[in-house]
Amino acid sequence: MSWEPKIVGFLCNWCSYRGADLAGIARIHSAPNVRVIRVPCSTRVEPSFVLKAFRSGADGVLILGCHPGDCHYIEGNYKTMRRVPLLKKMLAQFGIEEERLRLSWVSASEGAKYASIVNDMTEKVRALGPLNLNNAGGKHGKD
Amino acid sequence: MAKIKLALYWAASCGGCEIAQLQIGEKILKLIEVADIVFWPVAIDVKYKDVEAMPNQSIDVCLFNGAIRTSEQKHMAKMLREKSKVLIAYGACAYNGGIPGLANLYNRQMIFDRAYLETPSTLNNEKTIPQTKYQAPEGILTIPEFFDTVHSLAQTVDVDYIIPGCPPEERTTWLALESLIENKLPPRGTVISHNAKAVCDDCPRKKDVKKVTKFYRPFQIIPEPEICLLEQGLPCAGMCTRGGCGAPCPQANMPCTGCYGPVEGVTDQGSHFLSALASVIDSNDPDQIQKIIDDIPDPAGTFYRYTLPQSLLGRARIK
Repeated sequence: MSWEPKIVGFLCNWCSYRGADLAGIARIHSAPNVRVIRVPCSTRVEPSFVLKAFRSGADGVLILGCHPGDCHYIEGNYKTMRRVPLLKKMLAQFGIEEERLRLSWVSASEGAKYASIVNDMTEKVRALGPLNLNNAGGKHGKD
Repeated sequence: MAKIKLALYWAASCGGCEIAQLQIGEKILKLIEVADIVFWPVAIDVKYKDVEAMPNQSIDVCLFNGAIRTSEQKHMAKMLREKSKVLIAYGACAYNGGIPGLANLYNRQMIFDRAYLETPSTLNNEKTIPQTKYQAPEGILTIPEFFDTVHSLAQTVDVDYIIPGCPPEERTTWLALESLIENKLPPRGTVISHNAKAVCDDCPRKKDVKKVTKFYRPFQIIPEPEICLLEQGLPCAGMCTRGGCGAPCPQANMPCTGCYGPVEGVTDQGSHFLSALASVIDSNDPDQIQKIIDDIPDPAGTFYRYTLPQSLLGRARIK
């Protein structure tokens, strides 16, 4: 069986989740590789959620939130904007490529943008191949 | 009453835990009144074979410090678990992997290449690298195997209690020993310290709004003595680290580096440190945020200084 990238998508309830909904209603074709988790705000996504997703077998993690200035909670997405680059910098030290974590802004009216982000990320992760954290250093788990 | 049989052992550690154990000072006399030390490689001459000869469960309490990175340490962890009624992970390395655990950003080959071939001060023309077996004229010599991945004690065997710290503060060590002497040990699995809340709760510095536009390393500034170090741009792990130490580092102008491990209820200390630290960056401009983040040269080593093996990722992925 051929390998398909597994991507966990954390979508903000107020904008991006609705953008994803719109993509579905408008029947815009997008890759079926994203497992969507609805969160109240992109800043609800603690860095540990991202690590846990990778640990649990995700090949990529997609975080989508409201455009800067549009946050339902006024400044949640700004906090996400600060965390993700630092998390990416740290993940590089763990051998996890930058393209495996993506933060983008998708509003409720941007169904087409949602679809294009999902397609683009799926192809980038496909090109990187499986993350395969369970064989990270040769041996993993109890030696 | 028969004396308590006490064993102390060191695995992958620096020896600081032994010094911390002696830091209890004259209280050690109180300990000796009730306890016999049956094994302590740093101080008394008892061999591995003597421990092996002891019946199972014959040691009442074993204080085990250090992480597990070689086959010898793994063997001793298993043996001491069998021989001991109560096994206590003593110090940050046994608890969460500690400083040796940072080796999990690499693997054995990378570490050996660096240590035996690449370091500027190394002269090794024959490219000699340690091997587990060597045929000498006198016979076969063996040394323990060096693992690719460092583990905590709890990842290797079952652990009954934890005494945190790098090294544990004297007050923390004595809190544990006292409860042992008085036979009032807390429920199994307890991390023994005076405060389950964060180091910030112990820290007397004034805390106000946190907005940071530049991060500093400790040698780059002399901080103001009374204001929260994080507010002054020093990455301080106080907010995600278990208290009970009494916050000696922040009081000496050094940011907390997180040696007491995560606060109660948190498993992955580093990602919480990262999250809190990034959130106080005072900018909404991606380019400026990136510039401020550039002030943190080693995120993994900063956030997981003592907990990498026990973290969610556990080790780096080596391609």
